[in-house]
Amino acid sequence: MISIQTEDFDCAAEYAALRDSGAGTGAIATFTGLVRDSGDKQDVSGLFLEHYPGMTEQVIAGLIEEASQRWDVRKARVIHRIGRLQLQEQIVFVGVCSAHRGDAFAACEFIMDALKTSAPFWKKELSEAGEHWVEQKASDVARGEAWGK
Amino acid sequence: MTDQTLTVRFFARLREELGTEELTLPADKDQTAGDLLAALASRGGPWAQLQGNQPVMIAINQAMAKPGAPVKAGDEVAFFPPVTGG
Repeated sequence: MISIQTEDFDCAAEYAALRDSGAGTGAIATFTGLVRDSGDKQDVSGLFLEHYPGMTEQVIAGLIEEASQRWDVRKARVIHRIGRLQLQEQIVFVGVCSAHRGDAFAACEFIMDALKTSAPFWKKELSEAGEHWVEQKASDVARGEAWGK
Repeated sequence: MTDQTLTVRFFARLREELGTEELTLPADKDQTAGDLLAALASRGGPWAQLQGNQPVMIAINQAMAKPGAPVKAGDEVAFFPPVTGG
């Protein structure tokens, strides 16, 4: 299930929903991304997140599908927030249920890495000095490409 | 369908710097996304950056596409900077 939303999410509730994925699930891996105080620049006070409605959901659905073909994925959950976010707020959640930990870790990390370089979201960093659109990082592209096909 | 136009959308930095979210343009025959980008860049001013040093990503009907991909009437073509979510 995929949610793109302005409102915050509850990791405990999401984890509980992931646990309810059948007796075959032996492992759950989750990742949560937060707004931190330094990105392209220092003293970041918050973020503004824009997305391409429709395409975003399609791209993430494709990533979950790809993960399901490569690893044992019994259930997957992706939440990404948009709009204005303050320091330390939650931005993104990825949770994957698998039979074993290796698949859960890999599928969770793959979905997150691929989301960063292929899902149409854009971050703008806000600070007292002004605001600027974040540049894509070569290290993120490299992480995405490292998963290959 | 008698509508011979296509929709062009811009996001993030491009949307702001072009001061444009969406355009409706006539759909030319045998046109590619790259042709469309070149035509828009020729408007000059901030539009020139569409063929500048910074990469511009292309989506056609909400799927990533290359500059050589054909565009036709009814299509939704989007141009945007490299994505930075997560």
